[in-house]
Amino acid sequence: MEANLSEQTKDSTVRRSKRKKGRRQPWILHFMVLPAAIMVFIFSYIPMSGIVMAFQDYKPALGFAESPWVGLKHFQYMWENDYFLKITGNTLFFACTKIIMNLIVPFVFALLLNEVRKMALKRSIQTLVYLPHFLSWVTLSGILIDMLAQTGLINQFIVYLFGTKPIFFLGDGNWFRFTVIVSDVWKEFGFNTIIFLAALSGINPALYEAAEVDGATRWKQTLHITMPSLVPITIVIATLALGNVLNANFDQIFNLYSPLIYQQGDIIDTFVYREGLLSGQFSFATAVNLFKSVISLILIAVSYRLAYRFAGYRIF
Amino acid sequence: MYHKTLSYRIFSICNNIFLTVVSIACLLPLLHLLMVSLSSTAPANAGLVTFWPIGFTFEAYAKTFDNANFLASLWVSVERTVLGTALALVVNTTAAYALSKETQVFRARNVYLWYFVVTMLFSGGLIPGYILVLKLGLMNTLWALILPGLVAVFNIILLLNFFRGVPKDLEEAAFIDGAGHLRTFFSIYLPLSLPVIATVSLFMMVGHWNSYFDGIIYIRDTEKLPLASFMQTIIVQADMSKLDPEAVANLSQRTIRASQIFISALPILLVYPFLQRYFVTGIVVGAVKE
Repeated sequence: MEANLSEQTKDSTVRRSKRKKGRRQPWILHFMVLPAAIMVFIFSYIPMSGIVMAFQDYKPALGFAESPWVGLKHFQYMWENDYFLKITGNTLFFACTKIIMNLIVPFVFALLLNEVRKMALKRSIQTLVYLPHFLSWVTLSGILIDMLAQTGLINQFIVYLFGTKPIFFLGDGNWFRFTVIVSDVWKEFGFNTIIFLAALSGINPALYEAAEVDGATRWKQTLHITMPSLVPITIVIATLALGNVLNANFDQIFNLYSPLIYQQGDIIDTFVYREGLLSGQFSFATAVNLFKSVISLILIAVSYRLAYRFAGYRIF
Repeated sequence: MYHKTLSYRIFSICNNIFLTVVSIACLLPLLHLLMVSLSSTAPANAGLVTFWPIGFTFEAYAKTFDNANFLASLWVSVERTVLGTALALVVNTTAAYALSKETQVFRARNVYLWYFVVTMLFSGGLIPGYILVLKLGLMNTLWALILPGLVAVFNIILLLNFFRGVPKDLEEAAFIDGAGHLRTFFSIYLPLSLPVIATVSLFMMVGHWNSYFDGIIYIRDTEKLPLASFMQTIIVQADMSKLDPEAVANLSQRTIRASQIFISALPILLVYPFLQRYFVTGIVVGAVKE
């Protein structure tokens, strides 16, 4: 008995020391993170230090050290610039409309899809509606430019149906806004449905059974069980979207817009690209970008704080 | 039973029809594009083609594959997708493994995690990034398309959340048998995480294939442009200055344009069935946690 016991202790000490082997070598863990850490340092942290050029008149020939410091000149110029206010307005308009539409449409679509009882049909619908999310805006704008042209498919249809003149979808400011919103919702609503469907599948079936016993119609069940169950995830999505109110989707606008509709279609990101890389106003473009990044950072911090407080959401 | 009532049945039929129409609407633009690309030049230019080819021909595809610029770009895209995804997988999975360890095991974990997450929240922006690539001498090379986006913090988080779900007992057993972290990672974590790794790599591949902006700002020679950037220049910017005259004449044809767009979207359509099988799990793992 005693021998047995001592053997057991011996065995467990051996085991403990062996078990530690994995734990005793954290240097391997450091080594495993290192490649990613170095890449992030080079391609994320070094560019961050390049932000100083927003306070300089950066000349590529002089470099960061020699370029003259100008303080807040570029920010002042930005604020006094009517065009900057205009594109900030455009950015907010596009981003907010998209956020709201991309919440409502997927929500309703998920509720409707939840009522489809034939699994084969449900799966086919899902397969089709997720697809546009994976196509790039280059592909889609190629298609849209073709379909929305004066003689394109859509205008042929409109002329045939209503007998009106063809609509200048990408050349008229208001129609451009309309096209941008509709095409964005068309591309993303299916994909955004996924998260609601996941939440729907998590609802306890016993709730529906109980409601059924009490004689609730399907509409009543939707109203009192399904929709309240989706509230937490909706709050999380809406709160996290707050960090995106200055992101109007560069890829989409950049591939659809033209100088014709800058007044209603130009956004901060496209402006930064044109000012910075096309006109060579490195410092001014960086200042505009910095302004946007700082506001976004504050909003993201606030949104994560709120999402954590209201719904206990954490990303890791 | 609600689904036996008359009103619910009527609703159900209308609902099914409505959803079917909506989902077909997601496919119609692509279908139209395909039909235009398969039609003869004259009816296509006259705008007669809707959802069926008129004067069926593969001529547009033949001309597209005759275009040296197009083929060169196609190859660049393949290169960047394969190389970029492979490198990114190695770098991101190893980092995710280390970061999935508890703080007691890997004390610096939280420091690293914040080090990575900060880059998700804040970035230097377009111009400093551009100047960096310029100064590193990566301009006009394939590396400019691969290295800047190599570490995707979102993917690391997705992977590390999955790694954390792997039962701890397996790892303990491996350690008892004398395996170190590297061995545990390769022999236990990787094989168990194939679904999420498939998800992440498909996302990376789609990302590389669709990415056009880096090509536009970092690549100067037409023959080094990836396909997405090449398509962007000729179709969206309508900038033909980089092409030879014959290619320009071809491009003015609607059918050839359509065939090029379709071919550039084809790899996405081909991997889509696999993508779809995995991404739902991936998204749910990443977003809705218990």
